[in-house]
Amino acid sequence: MASNVVDRAMGLGLTVIREVAGAEWIEKTGLRPTVEKLMNVGAKQAARGMTAAAKSFGGKPRSKEERLSAEPALDDFDLTPTEEQELFVETAKRFASEVIAPIAHRSDVNMVTSPEVLAAAHELGLTSLVVPEALGGAATTHGTTTLTLTAEALAAGDAGITIAILAPIGVASLLADHGTPAQQGRYLPAFVGEKYVPATLAMHESGVLFDPAKPSTRAKREGEGYVLDGAKCFVPLAATAELFVVAAALPGSGAGLFLVDGGTAGLTIAPEPAMGLRAAGFGTLNLASVRVGKDALLGGDAARDALADAIDRSRIAWSALAVGTSQAVLDYVVPYTNDRHAFGESISSKQSVAFMVADIAIELEGMRLLTYRAASRVDAKATFKREAFLARLQASEKGMQIGSNGIQLLGGHGFITEYPVERWYRHLRGLGIIEGGIVV
Amino acid sequence: MIQLEIPKKARALIAQAHQVGENVFRPISRKYDRAEHTYPKELDMLAALMDGLASGGQGGGVNDVAQSRDEEGGDKKKKKRGNNLQTLLGMVELCWGDTGLALTIPRQGLGNAAVAAVATPDQKERWGNVWAAMAITEPGAGSDSAAIRTTAHLEGDEWVLNGEKIFVTAGERANGIVVWATLDRDLGRAAIKSFFVPQGAPGMRLVRLDHKMGIRASDTAVLEFVNCRIPKGNILGSAEIDTKKGFGGVMQTFDNTRPLVAGMAVGVSRAALEVIRSLLAKAGYEATYEGTPWTQPAALAETYRMEAELEASRLLTMRAAWMADSGIPNSSEASMAKAKAGRTGTYVTTRAVELAGQAGYAESELLEKWARDSKILDIFEGTQQIQLLIVARAVLGLKSSQLR
Repeated sequence: MASNVVDRAMGLGLTVIREVAGAEWIEKTGLRPTVEKLMNVGAKQAARGMTAAAKSFGGKPRSKEERLSAEPALDDFDLTPTEEQELFVETAKRFASEVIAPIAHRSDVNMVTSPEVLAAAHELGLTSLVVPEALGGAATTHGTTTLTLTAEALAAGDAGITIAILAPIGVASLLADHGTPAQQGRYLPAFVGEKYVPATLAMHESGVLFDPAKPSTRAKREGEGYVLDGAKCFVPLAATAELFVVAAALPGSGAGLFLVDGGTAGLTIAPEPAMGLRAAGFGTLNLASVRVGKDALLGGDAARDALADAIDRSRIAWSALAVGTSQAVLDYVVPYTNDRHAFGESISSKQSVAFMVADIAIELEGMRLLTYRAASRVDAKATFKREAFLARLQASEKGMQIGSNGIQLLGGHGFITEYPVERWYRHLRGLGIIEGGIVV
Repeated sequence: MIQLEIPKKARALIAQAHQVGENVFRPISRKYDRAEHTYPKELDMLAALMDGLASGGQGGGVNDVAQSRDEEGGDKKKKKRGNNLQTLLGMVELCWGDTGLALTIPRQGLGNAAVAAVATPDQKERWGNVWAAMAITEPGAGSDSAAIRTTAHLEGDEWVLNGEKIFVTAGERANGIVVWATLDRDLGRAAIKSFFVPQGAPGMRLVRLDHKMGIRASDTAVLEFVNCRIPKGNILGSAEIDTKKGFGGVMQTFDNTRPLVAGMAVGVSRAALEVIRSLLAKAGYEATYEGTPWTQPAALAETYRMEAELEASRLLTMRAAWMADSGIPNSSEASMAKAKAGRTGTYVTTRAVELAGQAGYAESELLEKWARDSKILDIFEGTQQIQLLIVARAVLGLKSSQLR
């Protein structure tokens, strides 16, 4: 397979594809036990304390910002993926089944994804999909659709691990799309380098009826810069992130995203174990009089646009993960209900069972199409607030229903952790709720 | 490249269909809801318009739906060129106007889809532009269409039909009826064939027109066939009974017509959603897609849910039609679209009535009518349960004998 992929990649002449094809994990994953051993080696769970130091950044400011161009105008209905998308999805599917799925349960229990797995995932080259060529990436046009398809495929392995993989890619994408020349110059080279650099988007907050556009975390102007106060929750990679992109209310009106380096005085984290998605390494991020410079506001004058974009693209990302997880449920219950016998025949020959399976398939496809539509509109630079909102709503409701029906179809087996379906149920609840953390 | 938008080439047709829905259908919608069984004469001029569209190469009817598929043949590599998606999108607009009236546009009957799907070139020449209804259901056999009792046997140069058909949409107004009948009850579904019966053929009788909850502008007939004689050449498809092939021929029609019925549900649902949104906006609740559904008033939150269901239905339906246009087998996807859109139609239209209160339930608005019209869309061309059966068999990889 590897040589075939390389051949195709050479034919396409895309550096990004070569990165995928040459990924070391392809060799590594012939040996599943090796991957399993990788678990916990050097893994750092979120513990109460300081954030990781931002040691990877320090690029020079650029003279001008780089932006990705829009895809051609939206004027067709077509579900045919590009060759590049097919290749990414094919690769992500293998990574999901050979690397992610085998460690999913233990990563969930241990509330961490091992850095070795994240480093292997980095070799998939997804970051270069969202960063322009001029900044060291491989992208010419916007890559949300490709990233969405890939995230979906990875999430079929485990959504928690996929969040850990996606978090820094989302940060890189926000910098690519909204960063000022100084911000792009300082941070982006590190993300497209050989080394995996953890970073994350901190948007969600505690309290009922949370509205991501109206954070209670506040930025006050002080001197040339800002002082941030507040608390963020469900922050992926909280223990290891070297960069936090923090949503906060701006002085005056509206809200924006602040680039806060790990290790900045006043930042502390606490572990935040949740019902599911635990491999994401969620933590609470506390900001107590955190001082940042005036350059820390992502997008500068266009900061409000950057936050709105992040909120909506985050919703597409969560929807994609719900689609991938729901696909895992469907792929599991089909053989299960066919093989499981009761009353002298397989339970799938009963309409009450078969119709539940059919409904899973139907709702899953609906969620998927809504998600793809929102994603493709991002790439075309068309409006997508409504589409992202509706995709998330459908993915939240139908995803949870699919998770519940998945367990129901397995009966008591669905409830015990020996089977993966209870984990998908726990994941699907979170996938419909959390704001921020990841974007596509 | 992945895009899920209205194709540019369909925009003109959609705009025309929307005009018809808005300026022809809506003004007479209530009139023919009340005057059930009265032919909407306003539609005659529409037939001329539709013919004009068709001859202008624009497409826009069920004829074109099935024809495009037929011309594709089995050549899957052929670049897409069909009209299913365009026709579907036109149907959505017409049913946004009025579903009952859309169903009674001359020459756009479901029988026309059958003719286009399975007829020989010569038959298409003869009946392609004749308004054809479809007669499948019988008093004793609905979803289980393999159990129909109407018989056909050859006597010299004529087929002789005997039996009773119910729920024949446009059965009175159409110029011909495509009738499903069995050549041999003992041979099951393989022996079921369809026949083109001209309106008024000897031995054919209109028994009555049914009174219905909704789509009253469309006539629903009960037809009786007593030694009804039609020419030998009026059988659609082959007269041979191929027990291996089974139902394939006649069922193929559904792959094209189910997305259309799903599109009808999408159209009527959108109409209801637009009205309830506008009523809520007048009450001060505007849909902005800000925050989350939970930070907004319950009625508005519910409209988001309705809209999400509607969008999922719409995209599933467009996908099924796009697949047909692309020469990709779409039986399962057509059923997915029909199942989702069918139940969504009832959900959205009845909820709109509920949210609108008095304005929803009284005849002052069309909301209550749409809630009556939409229910049939989850039943005809295969009930919700039949669609689930088809999807389940496909997903689980089971034969009809394994999942009954």
